[in-house]
Amino acid sequence: MSDVVEKTLSALPSLLSLDSQAGAGKLSPSSKLGNLIKGITELTSKHEEETLIKKELESIKEQVASPNTTMRQMKEIMVRAIYCEMLGYQASFSYIHAIKLAQQGSVLEKRVGYLAVSLFLNETDEFLLLLVNTVLKDLQSTNLIEVCMALTVVSQMFPKDMIPAILPVVEEKLTHPKEIIRRKAVLALYKFYLIAPNQVQHIHSKFRKALCDKDPGVMTASLHIYLQLIKENPESYKDLTGSMVTILRQVVGGKLPLDFNYHSVPAPWLQIQLLRILAYLGKEDQGTSEMMYDVLEESLRRAEMNHNITYAILFECVKTIYTVHPKSQLLEKAAECIGNFVLSPKINLKYLGLKALTYVVQQDANLALPHQMTIIECLDHSDVIIKRETLELLFRITNAQNVTVIVEKMLEFLRLTCDDYSTIDLVGKVAELTMNSVFSLGGDVMQPDIPNNFLRLLAEGVDNVEDRQLRLFAVDSYVSLLQGETAKLPQRFLQVISWVLGEYSYLREEESDPGSVMRLLARLLDQRHTSTETRSWVLGAMTKLCSSPVSVALARDVCERYLYSGSLNTVLRQKAQELMILSQDTKLRARVLPAEGRLESPEVDSSLSFLDGYVSDALAAGAAPYKSPHQRQEDLVQEKALSLEPYGLSLPVSLSSCSITDRRSPTLLSMSSGLSGNSTELSHQEGSTTLKLEGVKRVWGKDGYLAQQQSAGETPTPLVELPSPLLSPQSPPSQKPSSGLEPDQEKRQLASSLFVGLGSHNSVCLVRLPSTVWLFIKNCQSANQSNVVKSLFKPFYINSCQSKNHGSFVKVSGIFAARKSCQTDDSCCFPPQISCISGSPLKEVKGHSVSVCLHTVVMKRASVQVELAGLLSYQRPLGQPQAAQFSLSLSLKHFLRPLTVSTGDYGKMWLSFSHDLKQNLRLVTTEHQEPLTATLDALKGKLHLHVVDIIGSEGIVACRLLQGPGQGQPCLLHCRVHADSLAVWLRSPVPELPDSLLYHCQKALTET
Amino acid sequence: MIKFLLMVNKQGQTRLSKYYEQVDIEKRPSLETDVVKRCLSRKKEECSFVEYKDFRLVYRQYAALFIVVGISDTENELSIYELVHNFVEVLDKYFSRVVSSIMFNLDKVHIIIDEIIQNGHIVETNKNRILAPLLALDKMAEAH
Repeated sequence: MSDVVEKTLSALPSLLSLDSQAGAGKLSPSSKLGNLIKGITELTSKHEEETLIKKELESIKEQVASPNTTMRQMKEIMVRAIYCEMLGYQASFSYIHAIKLAQQGSVLEKRVGYLAVSLFLNETDEFLLLLVNTVLKDLQSTNLIEVCMALTVVSQMFPKDMIPAILPVVEEKLTHPKEIIRRKAVLALYKFYLIAPNQVQHIHSKFRKALCDKDPGVMTASLHIYLQLIKENPESYKDLTGSMVTILRQVVGGKLPLDFNYHSVPAPWLQIQLLRILAYLGKEDQGTSEMMYDVLEESLRRAEMNHNITYAILFECVKTIYTVHPKSQLLEKAAECIGNFVLSPKINLKYLGLKALTYVVQQDANLALPHQMTIIECLDHSDVIIKRETLELLFRITNAQNVTVIVEKMLEFLRLTCDDYSTIDLVGKVAELTMNSVFSLGGDVMQPDIPNNFLRLLAEGVDNVEDRQLRLFAVDSYVSLLQGETAKLPQRFLQVISWVLGEYSYLREEESDPGSVMRLLARLLDQRHTSTETRSWVLGAMTKLCSSPVSVALARDVCERYLYSGSLNTVLRQKAQELMILSQDTKLRARVLPAEGRLESPEVDSSLSFLDGYVSDALAAGAAPYKSPHQRQEDLVQEKALSLEPYGLSLPVSLSSCSITDRRSPTLLSMSSGLSGNSTELSHQEGSTTLKLEGVKRVWGKDGYLAQQQSAGETPTPLVELPSPLLSPQSPPSQKPSSGLEPDQEKRQLASSLFVGLGSHNSVCLVRLPSTVWLFIKNCQSANQSNVVKSLFKPFYINSCQSKNHGSFVKVSGIFAARKSCQTDDSCCFPPQISCISGSPLKEVKGHSVSVCLHTVVMKRASVQVELAGLLSYQRPLGQPQAAQFSLSLSLKHFLRPLTVSTGDYGKMWLSFSHDLKQNLRLVTTEHQEPLTATLDALKGKLHLHVVDIIGSEGIVACRLLQGPGQGQPCLLHCRVHADSLAVWLRSPVPELPDSLLYHCQKALTET
Repeated sequence: MIKFLLMVNKQGQTRLSKYYEQVDIEKRPSLETDVVKRCLSRKKEECSFVEYKDFRLVYRQYAALFIVVGISDTENELSIYELVHNFVEVLDKYFSRVVSSIMFNLDKVHIIIDEIIQNGHIVETNKNRILAPLLALDKMAEAH
C-alpha cells in the first residue's frame, strides 16, 4: 500500500499535466449540498436564510444520528454542516461526528473529518482530546497521505498537554525520506513551539538540521521557527546570519527549482521571510549588519522586474536596510527605490511607498523632503486610505514648527471620516501631538482655533463608548498633568484643561473622590502665574463640578476670596458670583447646567429677545434708550461736549466692528450680538444674576460657542491682520485665507509649512515672490524618477498700479516660461467681484521661450480682497494633456483710482450718497508735517486717493473704484482730527465700498 | 500575520471563510458583512488595501468573486495581494471553472488553503507542492 502511495506522490508532476481538472465537477449540483448552496444563493432576506438553515440543521441532525448513514454520506453531511457554521449557525451536535469521520473514514473522508474538526473546534476545546488517538494512529500509518493529514491537523491545532504523547513520532518524521513529511513535521514542531515552547527546547539542534535540509521546502518551513526565535532573542542566533545571507543569495540568484518561481521571480515569499529575519539580526548590530550589506544590495538590484511581487520584495528590502545598522550608500539606494513607489501611477504602489516613507522617516525625517509635492497631492487624494496613510506619515515628521498645520490637517480629515476606529486612532494622535508639542511648545502663540478645534472634537462625538474612552483618557491625562508642576504649562493649555475637566470629569467620578478635581482646579487659582483669562475658565469649570458637598465647600471658599477680597476684575467677580449662587442652590444649578444637557446644543437667542421685558420696564421707568457705542460717540461729536474719545479707542476691534454692522442688516446685527455674548456689553444691560446665568449657559453650549468665546473672551483682542468677517462681509475669499487660496498655491504654502524644520532647503525649493508665482509641474511621462521637476512656469504678475496711477484698468499679465515646447491654454476664473474686459489666451510656448498673456480686469463689486484663480492646461508634443492651477490675490487697492473733483462737487455728491460709515483711525505723526497732512499723504500714497482739500483740522478725500470703461463708483472720505485720532466718515452710493476701503485705510495706517 | 481569508460573491454572500484567530461563530457574519461592505464600496481606481479596526484588509476581485484577507499591521500588503493571486492560480489549475467549482467543492478549497496558510503564516507557495496532497487524495478515492 505504502509503495503505491509513494509512487503516486512521486508521479505527481506528470499526473498534473495529464489531468489538471481532476477534481472538477465531481459533485453534482443536484446533491444535497448542491441544493443547499443553490437555496442559499437564491435567498433574499436574512429571515429566509434563518428558516432555510434551521431546516437544514434539523435534517443534518437526523442523518448523523441514523445508524444507516455511511461514512461517504457522513462526509457530505460534514461539508453541509461546515456551510451552516460558516453562515453563523452553530452545528455543535456534528462535532463528535466529525471526529468519528476522522477516525473511521477512508482517506478522503478522513481528510474531510480532520478539516471539519479544524474548522469546528478551537484550540482549547476538550473535544480535541478525543482526536489524539486518531492522530497518533495516523502518524504511524504506512499510508503517507494519512501521515500528511495527521501532521497538517497537528500543526493547526493540538491540545497542549498531549504534545508529549506524539512528540517522539513527530520528531522521527524529521528524518523521513519524503520532503513533504519532513516539511510538515517541521511545521508541526513550530506549532508546538508556539503553544508550548518548553516542550520542544531539547530539539533545537534538529531545527538547525531542518534549516540545512537539502529540500528548499523543508528549509523554508524551518524559517518560521527561526523568525520567531530570533524575534524573541536575536543575540542567541547571530551565528545564523551567515547561513541566512547565503540562503538569500542563492534564492535571489535563482538557484531554486523553477517551480518555486512566481511570475519568474524566485520564491518571493521566501525572500521576504529572509529579509525579515535579517532585519531582526542586524538591528543595532554593526558587525552583523556588515555581513548582509552585499546581499541586500543585490536584492535591491535584482528586483528590477516591473511586477507587483518585486515591489513587495523591494518594500521589505527597504525596511530591512533602514532597520539594520546604516550604511549610507545603501540607504541612498533604498531611498531612491522609495521614489519609484511614491511616484508610481499604480495606486497600490503609491500606498506602499507612503508606508515605506512612514517607516524610513522615523530614522531620518529629511527623507520626506524629495517627495513633498507627492505627499501633498496624496493628502488631497480621493482615496481615504491614501489620505489616512499620508497623515500617518505626517504624524511621524511632526516637529515644533509644523505641528499646527499637521494637526489642522488631521482635524480636517476627522471631520470627513465616519469610521469609528480610525477616528479614535487619529484623535489619539491629535491628542498626543496637541498635548506633547502644541501646548507645551507653542501654547500661547499658536492660533486660538487649534485648541478650539480640539475641544469641539471632544465634544461633538456621539455619546458612544469610544468617545467616552477618549474623553476619559483626556480627563485622566489632564488630571495627572495638574498633579505635577503646572507653572510651565501655557495658559491656553490650562484653559483647555479646565474646560475638559469641567465637562467630562463626571466620567471618572465613580472611581475617585469627587473633590479631587475641584482641589486641583482650586490650586490652579492659587498660583500666581495663572492669568485672569485662565482663572475665568477655571471658575467656569468649577461651576459645572460643584455637585458634591466637598466641592460646594471648596467652591464657597474660592468665591469668598474673589468676592470679598477685592478682586478688581469684573469678569472674575461675575464668575465667582455665579459659582457662589449655583453651588448653594442645587435646584437652580440643575436647571441651568443640566447633567443630561451636555449632549444637546442649547438654542441661542441672538436677538436677546428675552431681555425685551426688562428693557421695556426700564424704558417705562425713565431709562434712556440703548445706543450703540458708535451712535454714542457720534452724538458726542455732534454735541461737541467733553471729549470721551478714549472710550472709543478702548473698545476692542470686535466691538467697534459691531457698530459698523449695526445699521446694516438684522442678520449682521445678530452676529454682532452673538459675538458679544460673553462680553461686558451683556452685563451692561443685565441687572439680575439669573439673567447673567442665561449668558453663561450659552457660553458653555456646544454649537458655535467656542469661536465666539475666543474672540470675546480674550480681553485685549489683538488687531487682526486679516479682515474679520464683520468688516468685510462681501468678500468670502478673504474670510478664510487658507481655504480661499487656489489649490496649487495652497499646496506650495502647505508644503513649506509641512516640511518646515526638515533639513536645509536645498532639495526642491519652493519660492514665493511678492507678485509672481512659481509653479513646479511634475512630469509623469517617463518612468525615470529624476524628472520630478521639468517644467517651470511663472505665470501672472500684476502691473504695478503705482506707476500707472491714472490708468483706467488693472492689467494682469501671465508670463510662461517653458523648458520644453508645449501647447498651452490658460483659463482664468474670475470671482463674481471681478470681470475681465479683455484677455489674450496663450497658444504655444516653444522650448526655452517665454510667452506673455495679458488680461485686463476690473472690480465689479468692492471687496477687500479677491482671489483670481486659473487653470493652465498644457501639453507636450506627444504627451498627455496636463494642467496646473495657479492663483493670485488682488487687493481692493489695486482697483482704486483718485477721483478728481472740486470742493463744490464734493459737497453735492456727499449729500446724494446714502451709504456711510464712521470710524476712528490712527493718526500718523511725523516731525515736519501736520498730523492730518501726514495721515492723508500716507493714504494717498498707499491707496491712490485724491485729497480734495484740507481746511483746518478737516480734510476731504475722494477716490473711485475701477469698474469698466468710463465707470467707477466713487467713495468720499471726510476726515477730522479728534484728539489723538482721525475720525473718518465715508460715504458712497454702494454699501460695500466704504467697508472694504475702511479696512485698507486701517491697514495702511497701521503699517505706516 | 494573516487573520482570516474570505471568499465572497458580489451579493456579499460568504462562499468560504477561514479564521486564523479565534472569532466566535455568532460574531463572524456581522464581521464579514462589515468587511465585505468596505471592500465592495471601493472604486476600481482606489487602492486594494483597506484599514479596518486595528488590522488591514487586502482584497482582490476575480469576476464575480471577491477574495478578502485580513492581515496584521506588520504584514506586507502587496505580498498578500500576490499571494491571493497565487492561490487563484492554484484553484485555476485544479478546477475547470473556479467560481462555480469552489461553491460545490468547499472541502477541497479548504484543503488547498490548509497547504498554503497555517497559523496565519504562508507555508507553501509552490503550486505543484500545494496541490500534491489533494491530487494524491483524488487518486486514492478513485482507486476505491
